[in-house]
Parts: sequence; C-alpha cells; structure tokens
Amino acid sequence: MSAAIELDDVCCDFGKFRAVDHVNVSIQPGEFFSFLGPSGCGKTTILRMISGFNEPTEGVIRIGGKDMKGQRANQRPTALIFQNLALFPLMTIWENIAFGLEVRGVDKAKRRARAEELLALVDLHGAADKMVSQLSGGQKQRVAIARALAVEPSVMLLDEPLSALDLKLRQHMRAELRAIQKRTGVTFIYITHDQGEALAMSDRVGVMSQGKLQQVANPRDIYNRPANGFVASFVGENNIFAGKVKNASAGMAGFETHIGNFEARFAGKKSDSDLKLYVRPEHTVLSAKAKTQNSVPVTIGDVSFEGSFMVVSATSQNGTILTAELRNDGSATVPAVGTKMHMSFDAANAAVLPDTSSAGA
Amino acid sequence: MEHLLRRYGMTLTWVCIGLTFFWLAILVLLPNFTMLESSFRPYLAKVDEGGPLDFYSMGNYLKVLGNDVDFTVFGFVFQVPVRLKVFFLTIVYSAIVTVITFIMAYPLAYYLAKIVSPKSLPTLFLLLFVPLWVSEILRSFAWWIILAFKGPLNAVLMSLGIIDVEIRWIAGFSPVVIGLVYTYVLFMVFPLYNSMQSLDTNQIEAAEDLGSPWWRTHWRVILPHAKPGIASGAVMVFMLSAGSLLVPSLLGSTTSGWFTQTIQEIMLGSQDWNAGAAFAFMLLLACTLFVSLMMRVFGVKLSDIAK
Repeated sequence: MSAAIELDDVCCDFGKFRAVDHVNVSIQPGEFFSFLGPSGCGKTTILRMISGFNEPTEGVIRIGGKDMKGQRANQRPTALIFQNLALFPLMTIWENIAFGLEVRGVDKAKRRARAEELLALVDLHGAADKMVSQLSGGQKQRVAIARALAVEPSVMLLDEPLSALDLKLRQHMRAELRAIQKRTGVTFIYITHDQGEALAMSDRVGVMSQGKLQQVANPRDIYNRPANGFVASFVGENNIFAGKVKNASAGMAGFETHIGNFEARFAGKKSDSDLKLYVRPEHTVLSAKAKTQNSVPVTIGDVSFEGSFMVVSATSQNGTILTAELRNDGSATVPAVGTKMHMSFDAANAAVLPDTSSAGA
Repeated sequence: MEHLLRRYGMTLTWVCIGLTFFWLAILVLLPNFTMLESSFRPYLAKVDEGGPLDFYSMGNYLKVLGNDVDFTVFGFVFQVPVRLKVFFLTIVYSAIVTVITFIMAYPLAYYLAKIVSPKSLPTLFLLLFVPLWVSEILRSFAWWIILAFKGPLNAVLMSLGIIDVEIRWIAGFSPVVIGLVYTYVLFMVFPLYNSMQSLDTNQIEAAEDLGSPWWRTHWRVILPHAKPGIASGAVMVFMLSAGSLLVPSLLGSTTSGWFTQTIQEIMLGSQDWNAGAAFAFMLLLACTLFVSLMMRVFGVKLSDIAK
C-alpha cells in the first residue's frame, strides 16, 4: 500500500523567510502522526500545505500517491480541524456537520441521517438542532470532528485542536480522539506544541524546529533515544553537561567535563562539534556515598513537591544546577536542604548528542 | 447613569445629557411634530387661522388623489392619480437603486475585507473617499455632462465601436438611477465591509476545505454573516434615495418625476406648506413600512442593524 501522505523535499518560503526547510516524511494509511515543535517552527505551514491553503515553494506533496500540485483545498481528500474549530455559528449543529455533504449535493433527508450517525459516533446524541453557541468547549470539539469526518476524508488534519480546553477535558479528549481514530481508521495528522499530547496519542512523532524536521520516530524512541540536543531538551527535561568526547567505542563514549568524567551512549564521531551530555532528571539517583561511575558531588538546594514525584535541584561544586526527579513511592526520603550528597546516573541512560539548538537549527 | 457620573463627573455628564436632549427634542422631535400637526390643518389665509375654517382633517392627505393619468404595468394600463404614480415609482426606483448598489458594493467590500493586504487598505479607502471631497451638486452635474447626448460617454462608446448612434441617456429614470447609485454606493460599501471584516477567515477556509465552491461559501457562510451589514446599508441607501431631491432635480428627465420634487413643488411653488407636510409624512411612513416589511422578509432585527 502506498503512503497516505508523502512530503518529498518540501520547502515553503514567505518572502525571504524559509518557514519549511526540506522536509521529507512519509505517513502511512491509518497512522496517527504528530508534528511536534515550538510555535513558529513551521508545523502549521506544513498542515496548510497538505490541506491546500499554501503551495510548497519546492518539493512535492502526494496524497494517496497522487501529486497535489495545483489542487485547491476544496479538491483534496483532506479535512482540516482548525485551532479555533471554525464552526459555522449561523447554522445548527446538524447543518454544520452536513455542510460537506450539502456541497456534494446529497439530499436533505440523507444529510440529516448521516449527521445523526456522526453525532452518535462522537457521543453527542440529541444535539442536532442546537446552535453552536449552546455547546460547551468539548462538545464543539466533537462537532468539529464530526463535521470533518462527514466528508469521509482519507486524511484528517488537526491544528492544535485541544489547546483551548482546560486540563481535565484536554486529557479526556486525547483518549477520545485516539479512540475515534482507531474506530474510523482515518489517517490523522496532528499538530501540537504539547509534548504530552504528541507522545500520548501518536503512532509516530515528527519533532520540528526552525522549519526542519529533527527526528521522526515512535514516541518511546523520541523520548528515550533523541536524535539530537534539540529533541532531547524540547521533549522532556534534561541535565546538560558541556564538555568533549575523549574516547568513543562500541556506541559508548568517555565524556570529559569540568566536574568530572562520564560514560554515556554515543552514536556519533569523536570529531563532531557541539557535543553535550544529556541526562534526564528521573534517571538520576541521589546517594550519600559516591558511586564508582558517573557520579557528581552536589549540595542539595530546593526541593519541590509535585505530588507523585519530587523535583530536587542541587548545585555541583562549580555552581552548575542539576535536577533529580524522585518518585514519591513511599520509600524515598526527602533530602534536607544543604546536605552534601552524590548524584549519579547509569551510562545507558545518558547520551552524548550534538547540540543543534544553538547551531542554527 | 452612576457609571457615567463616576467616569465623567457631574458637569460633563449633564452637558452630555443636555446636548443629547436638545438635539433629540428641539432639533428632531419638535419640528417633526409641528409638521405633523400642520399637515392636518388646511392651507388658509393669515386672517382665517384660528377661525372657524381652521380644523383638523385628512384633506391634505387626500390631495395626493385626483388628476388621473395612464400607468402601464407589464402591458396593463391603469388609471392612477398622477401624484400616486410618482409616489409609487419613487419607491420602486429607490428599491432598484438599493439592489444595484448592493450588487456593486458586495464584491468591493469582500475584496477590501478579506482579500487585499492590510498594508494597502488605507490607500484604497482614501481613493474611495476622494470623490466625497467634491460637493454632491458638482458630482451630479458632472454626471449630467458625462451622460449628455454629445457628451464624453457617448463619444467613448462610439470611438470604441460599441455603438453606432448616440444613446439618449438622459431619458426616463436611468440618469436618476445612475446618479443615485453613484452618490450612495459608499453607504452600502462601508456597512458591508464592517460586517464582513468581523467574519473569521478560518470559516471561509473551513467551508473551502469541506469542498465548497466559492459561490456556495458566499451563499452559506459569508452572506448570512454579512446580513446585518447588508440590512443597514440597504436601509440607508433606500431612505437616502427616496428622500433625495438634488439628484432627481439635476439628472431627471421630463418623465422621471420623483416624489421629493412633488413635495418641493407644493411647498415652494404653491406655498401650501400644510399639504407639503402631509406629503412628506406620507413618504416617511411609506418608506418606514417598506423597510420594515423588507426586514421582516429577510429576517433582520432592528438590533442587528444598530450593531
């Protein structure tokens, strides 16, 4: 089966500004794919190019194997869910949902029946004759999804549709969206700056920065095996050490810093520039005695209690602030402020990565 | 009230209220009421005023009847009082002017509100406003020259080979309609622009994304949203056209009687202010009824227009 969506070396310029820079990605039918990145990274531009509101300056976009060049938004088999949903306030709920069918000349009774079906699919029974303004945020969300599904798109494009909802509803809608996607089997392309959303819902995530696609992988690999410093620090927290690689062999490296020498995973070459060591706070351990490997003497600073976990910030001898995250599993004792301890981590959980966040990307 | 007092202080609040009251009561209500009152009294010699002949009656309003002329509608000939015929045609042609201004203003307003880049908007607005710097009399007179039998319009059309013989433009109601459309088209453009500008562009894109061709997007999304703007523009253009005296007087032909001209004739020609007042009220009443009827037909509320 050919890919649902293929971006082949796609670029998009706005004047002199390059919003999307040589993006290559191929999204499979039925896949839930997320573009994750900070605002202004070009992810919305990608979405608008796929839906047909912007034309790529260079490169080819294929949907179902067909080149989309010159196809306008109303000719493409995509349905976009806008960030502000863009429901039609002067139509009733069912007219909103059936608008795509009305365009296709389906007669009124059939439209109405299909709208009711879709309302049932998104768990909104009995709302057909209400007006948009009578619905809550989450309900409007469902209407927008139903309206997009009504045209039976081969690809659904979602532009941060959950960003306007409150936290509880957002988490609920995540699960809901995922369930609707599984039920309908439609390819979903999801745009978000919220790493939690991207990791929780997606089959694969593409992390973007400054128009470039930094890494495409499944959520676990994005988090556990980031391709570079940008991905590591945008997705999740890190302790970052500057230094240089002393020796590299068999996917591991010895890394020399001001506060000691460490062992960590390393996939690059020793001669690579801008290499830094990244360790996640939850992969660090605090102990009274130094461990034999990857251990830093620290003084405990602030402890912030977050409920299920605690965040401990500690200062190393040269003043670098390091963070450890301790699970609140009942066994952990809260270290007292000012105590001298050792922070250590497993070499397998640390990685030496090129730091692209400063170098142009 | 309390809010106003707190915000502007005692003096300013009362000045504002006083001025509004003065404008409304002295400049609007009082003259209209005086007109209404005198419209029910007969036109009398000074000595008879307040005498036995001076009593309220509908006599002035009935003066619209009489002097029957032929009135042809779709081939049927009716005998209709001449003033009633003029009255009726004024309403009809004002409605035609309103429709034409709407057809012209809609694309322009859409272009200004949704297509043109915000950077060039001030220039375009300036270009639209420039003609308003010239007085209405001069602009109407300019059209009289343009439309003249040996005028520039005919000359251009002849030289382009579009017509072989000159067209007599100043005949029937067409020059009046042209003049009124030209004079009042901006009163349609701006309310339309305002209402379209408040439409979320995402809604237009959402409609397109769902497969809608441009005309259906206009019909189902943009037009319904712009309805209050259309209504207020239409009310303004219709009322101004029906009440215009200058354009029909300057650009009118021998067959294009406008009811305002009839009122002027009676007020200034016959010096019968009482009958003139009665006619003016008839026009006001008829226009108000027509506008309310149209608003009812198109489902527009008064509060929509006030937005």
